[in-house]
Amino acid sequence: MNTRAVAAQTRLELSMTVRRGESLLVTLVVPIGILIFFSKVDAMQPRRGSALDFLVPGVLSLAVMSSAMVSLGIATGFERRYGVLKRLGSTPLGRSGLLTAKTLNVLALEVFQFLLIVVASIALGWKPTIGLVAAIGLLFVGTIAFAGIGMFMAGTLRAEANLAAANGLFLVFLFLGGMAYPLERLPTALESIARLLPAAALSECVRGVLEPAGSIPTRELVVLLVWAVGAPLLAAKKFRWEE
Amino acid sequence: MSNSPGDLAIEVVDLKKHYNGRAAVNGLSLSIRKGEVFGLLGPNGAGKTTTVEILEGYRRADAGSVAVLGQDPSGNSAWLRSQVGVMLQDGGLYPGAKPLEMLKLFAAFYDNPRDPLELLDLVGLNESSTTMVRRLSGGQAQRLSLAVALVGRPQVLFLDEPTGGMDPRARAITWQLVRDLADSGVTVLLTTHQMDEAEHLCDRVGIIDHGKIVAEGTPTDVTNAGGDGTIRFVTAAPVDLAALSSALGLPPDAVWEERPGHYALPGPATPNLLADLTAWLRDEEITLAELRTVRATLEEVFLRLTEESRA
Repeated sequence: MNTRAVAAQTRLELSMTVRRGESLLVTLVVPIGILIFFSKVDAMQPRRGSALDFLVPGVLSLAVMSSAMVSLGIATGFERRYGVLKRLGSTPLGRSGLLTAKTLNVLALEVFQFLLIVVASIALGWKPTIGLVAAIGLLFVGTIAFAGIGMFMAGTLRAEANLAAANGLFLVFLFLGGMAYPLERLPTALESIARLLPAAALSECVRGVLEPAGSIPTRELVVLLVWAVGAPLLAAKKFRWEE
Repeated sequence: MSNSPGDLAIEVVDLKKHYNGRAAVNGLSLSIRKGEVFGLLGPNGAGKTTTVEILEGYRRADAGSVAVLGQDPSGNSAWLRSQVGVMLQDGGLYPGAKPLEMLKLFAAFYDNPRDPLELLDLVGLNESSTTMVRRLSGGQAQRLSLAVALVGRPQVLFLDEPTGGMDPRARAITWQLVRDLADSGVTVLLTTHQMDEAEHLCDRVGIIDHGKIVAEGTPTDVTNAGGDGTIRFVTAAPVDLAALSSALGLPPDAVWEERPGHYALPGPATPNLLADLTAWLRDEEITLAELRTVRATLEEVFLRLTEESRA
């Protein structure tokens, strides 16, 4: 791997991400907005603990979904449309270098989101726990799952369809993700569907480790792992570099 | 052509590529020497882009062999990618990036890149260095694509319809640039629809139709071999086309009137044909105002060759 090429590509990917207003909206404004709004407005009664104890794991999961699935997927879809992926593939950077740079871009964005959300939560009165360390591992697994979904859509759909699908799926996962309000609030049929989706699986797992003396719920962990293995495999199999 | 394999930058032997059962390239062979500018001419859908994209490593051949600088381009060789410059027919640039950013990015991919600012100047984009790519005109974006293709000092350059959207001045700049590169030893394979581009720029051309080379050589050779030219004459009195055709031993519609009083018949302009023509005019007592023999153009040869195979 050509590290100089990957470093240059990562720098460019980051500056392009920062330049896209809609990407900043979905990755930063929406998670922070949900955190502040639902912690101040008594819109739901958490099962136990404070509203923030419920919201922080949900918003951390939401942030991962916005970076790995929405921001990455939409950008990649348009780069595919404009022949950028094709052109970069015939340089010494190559496809593997390009994928490495995209991964680093997502991780850098997520580190920034994580710090921002944790700092904002503490400012709102949340008490961090040692479970944050385990949460980072879970969020990494979630990143793999959501990046797989994002790249699958980016590599198979036309750029506009991919844009709509990524944003639509973001909303569905937000509503069915146990992120802003508990899953139990959903109608039973919808709740059982929601529990098979990666969003709810991730937020419930992160919630598990952040609770004092908490543990990871087995069923949710299995669902998350299935998505983290299946989605990237499907993306790798179906991804087309040219539209 | 006499060359040892080491002199060849590109070698294609009996290349075949099918899409959904339809042959896009059907037994194409081609050798390009180092430092040569080779033009691939052909109608839309003839297989030009498919051939070039196989050489660029984007697609795999179904059959036949392909070598660029002695290597198989589908082998994913990082070395080969560092020696090749690519200009796609369109796209390949980040719409949200600036020209200088694009060039600096690509410069970082290569060991000994050209100076991005110098390149911008070379393609006449120094004043647009901070304009977003999406705001560039089609011709400007193409010039940027060309600069991006050059930044790594490639040994082999693939240009897919490089001047399609350019104005005449940009086209002239591009031609000069390509000639200079070839003089410094760079091998250039380009595709084009423009016959004047092929005649001005290319050391050799290949006319491709239905996925095969149907004529190949220097533009002059291809023109001479493929076209008999035309005889044109202007008379003071009207000419009976059928009578003249039969007097010349040609089919009845061989002589045609291009506009009133202006006539043409197919070459070659042999002494006998000219003598027969003037003898007939003498017998009819028709005075010639003008008589010219016109060599075929590459365009005529191109149209004839690519139409013949359609008939």
